[in-house]
Amino acid sequence: MLSVHLILFLAFGAVCVAGAINLLAQTHPINSALSLIAVMAALAGEYLLLGAEFVAAVQVIVYAGAIMVLFVFVVMLLNAGVEEHTQGSRVAVLFGIPGLLLGSILLGWVVLRHSGTEPVAAGALPGDPRTIAQMLFHEFLLPFEITSVLILIAIMGAVVLASKPPSAPARKVE
Amino acid sequence: MALPIWLFILASVIKSAIALGVLLTAVAYTVWLERKVVGHMQNRWGPTRVGPFGLLQPAADGLKFLFKEDLTPPHVYRPLFLAAPLIAVIFALTSIAVIPFGNPVVIGGYSIPLQVTTDVNTGLLLILGVTSIGVYGVALAGWSSNNKYSLLGGLRASAQMVSYEISLGLSLVGVLIMSGSFSLHAIVDSQAGHFWGFIPRWNIFTGQFIGFFCYLMAAYAETNRIPFDLPEAETELVAGYHTEYSAMKFAMFFMAEYANMITVACLATLLFFGGWRGPIFGPPILQAILPVFWFAVKVFAFLFLYIWVRGTLPRFRYDQLMAFGWKFLLPLSLANLIATAIAVAW
Repeated sequence: MLSVHLILFLAFGAVCVAGAINLLAQTHPINSALSLIAVMAALAGEYLLLGAEFVAAVQVIVYAGAIMVLFVFVVMLLNAGVEEHTQGSRVAVLFGIPGLLLGSILLGWVVLRHSGTEPVAAGALPGDPRTIAQMLFHEFLLPFEITSVLILIAIMGAVVLASKPPSAPARKVE
Repeated sequence: MALPIWLFILASVIKSAIALGVLLTAVAYTVWLERKVVGHMQNRWGPTRVGPFGLLQPAADGLKFLFKEDLTPPHVYRPLFLAAPLIAVIFALTSIAVIPFGNPVVIGGYSIPLQVTTDVNTGLLLILGVTSIGVYGVALAGWSSNNKYSLLGGLRASAQMVSYEISLGLSLVGVLIMSGSFSLHAIVDSQAGHFWGFIPRWNIFTGQFIGFFCYLMAAYAETNRIPFDLPEAETELVAGYHTEYSAMKFAMFFMAEYANMITVACLATLLFFGGWRGPIFGPPILQAILPVFWFAVKVFAFLFLYIWVRGTLPRFRYDQLMAFGWKFLLPLSLANLIATAIAVAW
């Protein structure tokens, strides 16, 4: 008997994999970007199934809502055209794809058999905002702050890269 | 007492149908209200011909949209051209699902929450997530139309929505700090009681006035309303992102805009104006109806404010819009957040 959780898990997983394959197969950049959004949304669904409501919401807001908007924005702004399909290399077809399949099966087997992790029931792990805040701001405060400094450095780098060189005269705006 | 699963599904279907019906009716009559109010502000009558006071005008408009020719220009990118209005309207209508209209009602021993979903403890985040996805409707419409006016409209819309989303989110954090929860129910419950017996302890009166101001400004920009309606500025961009749309597809964008307005008004009511709280009196049946009535009154007041502003203010220039968003609104909402955090920690 399939439980509702399992059915939903498989459905979201199928959307996820289909979106990822579609991302590679599409020739138009905007279609690829939209497939990536579908993958993100399906991942949010999986998080929700695990009872991690906060992570699911943040996944949608940050990845699907903010980062991907910028991707789509750039594609629109550059008006990137259709890319050409190549035939692909023979090496990739002969060795790459079977190798990838074998590798993922092996990895799955190792993780399932030898890592010592137990399967966890849906919703068994704490995922509410209060617990996450407790962890972020008490137990992992230092890594959290270091990450924020890292992001600050990235922002400053972006500002430096985007600013005009001091020697160039300012263009007149008509 | 929790509901058995089949009753839960039944209740959910009924609630979804009611919420959708009410929302779509509200959308139609907000359009009517806007035409009426702006008409009177400009010394005109607004719609008067169809029904008393023009009250059947929305129905006539709906029929007109259905029977107009549905043009698809030959140069558009068809899949996305068709998907864009759907994305816009679906996500605009979805966000109403998390909004509670009152305390749970008890029917036959079962407690049924007065909202489409149950009270999720990340309700506010879900609304933010859904509205942030709604940007794609506008952006893709502008891009797929393959028309320079549409593209400019779409680009403006996505830049504007991404910029103001930050201020919108930050303006809400003040309220979240004060109530200590993402659940909309808990936020409304935290606004119970009165100062000196008569001033309600709504968040706007307990120090979140600046937060409310930031929220209001950002919400105008997020819903692309005057004075921030740059994405469809008709004097420069024909009609912006929906230039190439006609008939029902155009109506979908229109519906999405008004549904977003209503969601924003509901959220403002819940977060800053005490939700369904108000004087409760009279016989039990009246006591059951009054909270929903107060909620509706507050939402109506916000919609009226929207229309009022539309009838009063001119449109910003685009550089003014961006400067206002990044250089004024963002620092202001950050300052409000820090001040609130310090005040609460005190």
